Amino acid sequence: MEERTNDPAARLYRTMYLIRRVEEEIIRLYPTDKIKSPVHLSIGQEAVSAAVCDHLDRDDVLFGTYRGHALYLAKGGDVPRMMAELYGKVDGCARGKAGSMHLVDPQIGMMGTSAVVATGVSNAVGAALALKMQKSKAIVVCFFGEGATDEGAWHESMNFASLRKLPILFVCENNFYAIYSHVKDRLAGPGLQARSRAYGIEAELIEDHEPMKLHERAGAAIAAVRRGEGPRFLECMTYRWRDHVGPGEDRVHKYRPDAELDARIEGDNLRIVGGMLPSDLRRSIEAAEEKRVQDAIAFAEASTFPEDQEIHDHVFAR
Amino acid sequence: MSSPADQRTLTYGEAVFEATRSEMARDPKVFVMGQGVDDARGMFGTTLGLHKEFGPERSFDVPLAEDAMTGIGIGAALMGMRPIQVHQRMDFVLLCMNQLVNMAAKMSYMFAGAHRVPLVVRAIIGRSWGQGAQHSQAFHSYFMHVPGLRVVAPTTPHDAKGCLIQAIRDDNPVIMIEHRMLHNVRGVVPEASYEIPYGKARILSPGKDVTIVGISHMALECVRAKHLLEAASIDAEVIDPVSLSPLDIDTISKSVERTGRLLVVDTGWLSCGASSEILAEVFEKIGHRRPFVARRLGYLPTPCPTTRILENLYYPSPQSIAEATYRLVRGAEAPAWLPGRVDSSEVAEFRGPF
Repeated sequence: MEERTNDPAARLYRTMYLIRRVEEEIIRLYPTDKIKSPVHLSIGQEAVSAAVCDHLDRDDVLFGTYRGHALYLAKGGDVPRMMAELYGKVDGCARGKAGSMHLVDPQIGMMGTSAVVATGVSNAVGAALALKMQKSKAIVVCFFGEGATDEGAWHESMNFASLRKLPILFVCENNFYAIYSHVKDRLAGPGLQARSRAYGIEAELIEDHEPMKLHERAGAAIAAVRRGEGPRFLECMTYRWRDHVGPGEDRVHKYRPDAELDARIEGDNLRIVGGMLPSDLRRSIEAAEEKRVQDAIAFAEASTFPEDQEIHDHVFAR
Repeated sequence: MSSPADQRTLTYGEAVFEATRSEMARDPKVFVMGQGVDDARGMFGTTLGLHKEFGPERSFDVPLAEDAMTGIGIGAALMGMRPIQVHQRMDFVLLCMNQLVNMAAKMSYMFAGAHRVPLVVRAIIGRSWGQGAQHSQAFHSYFMHVPGLRVVAPTTPHDAKGCLIQAIRDDNPVIMIEHRMLHNVRGVVPEASYEIPYGKARILSPGKDVTIVGISHMALECVRAKHLLEAASIDAEVIDPVSLSPLDIDTISKSVERTGRLLVVDTGWLSCGASSEILAEVFEKIGHRRPFVARRLGYLPTPCPTTRILENLYYPSPQSIAEATYRLVRGAEAPAWLPGRVDSSEVAEFRGPF
């Protein structure tokens, strides 16, 4: 990694561009069937992971979901090991046992993502409890979609985090849809911020297409958590451009209006952030990240598949 | 050589308490969480006063939120802590299944060893004095089904202490099955710290005519049945598996190879249960070279009734175990035999209230 530049827009652009390009390459490669597992793409949602993770230290702990490529990359996850994992290769971040839905890298605090909605939320709260018991300066950030807030475990977790004033930031990526089910068909009452406040957790909503405001508000929330003020909740409005799962578009399913999707694509956060940068800087970032992506794919191609006996490894920790 | 200290006796509950307390003193990462662990009853005495000795950070009450609290324990374990979670009844552990099966059991494997989950879940099976359908269930077979979980079900105070210490020190999730009827049973427990290894069954009482495997509280009832069977000149070997996952099939198989007869008595229902597993594994191991006859006993295939007159029918008893064993050994044509009566005092005297 190169040195951290002072311009947050440059850092955001680098991360968001990397995420976009990795996922575009996944779309390109998918028809080859080299990635034999479901992928849940973050295209359109890159800004949330990039903006929040820009404020995190290496020791800070991150929990996320099966739509986790963006998070893994934004926290500084190893790109070649991610691609090798998608290929099911032995050099993957979990030796091919995890795949796209369970990216992990504890060295950088990326705790591994879960494919059962909301299950990671209570684990994140438990990690925050441990950090508090250990008197650590690190914090936990927990990403989930608005669908997770339907689950009882989310409510139980919010309650306990507030009860114990734990060092955790809850980041809700509200992309409106749980698969093809709209949030208005699932959510009663005055909304997620109100639910959060009902547990005594300060909440804030940030609209889509305001990446630098998102960056600034995430920084403020994280600073409050670091000061020991207890949990915070950010509801980040965002939008998934692609299908819930798989590389394709999903207009054919007609669950959302084309105009709604088109407007979101039109307001592309990546282009907004890129537009803030001088064009030579933007191009140099793009060239550098492009090389990382292609190197990662070459690494994944060159890696081998695990040996048969590995199927028995790691059922139990030794 | 045995010193007087080696003959010290404790109840099962006291042995669980001693294991917990000594591990908390040894390792500051060990802590206890569960509904009521710091109240005046202290989980039947097994956690009594730990919050005073070690502080409220290390033994604390939790909201009535089994799902998230299990996940929170797992999250703390991922960060290197060693939580012990306690459930007054195993019935409530159904609310924890998502976290235990989808998360705790998968973390090591799914992330290729990047994570470990040193979590202990103590689950107590209730019985007697009207516990009814939802305070009496035994789900140990559910956990035995899942790769990545260890399951122990110690019967004696000695094994309760050693199993719990082993579980706390293990880097993997362990479900420790305790039976409420065992908590007041007394036995010899060494003061020193020791671990009971996984996958080692214990021959509670040797015999040559028939192998009886008794799980958890039923091991105690099987020993009583063995004494009743002496009147019929039947010499039964009683084996306590202690560890249910992994199972020590070698010890059981060797016994069956000698006796040619196997009775498995479970603290639970038969269908897809621990008894089915034991029988199947013994058959796979020796069935091709040593024919044997077998039977299983367990809870009747009904929910547990509350009224005592029906409750007594629901559970295997020393008499019903002895009768089944007699039939297994002497065959269907043998004359009828009525075993004597024996008092299972921990059941008869239980007034709980839970």
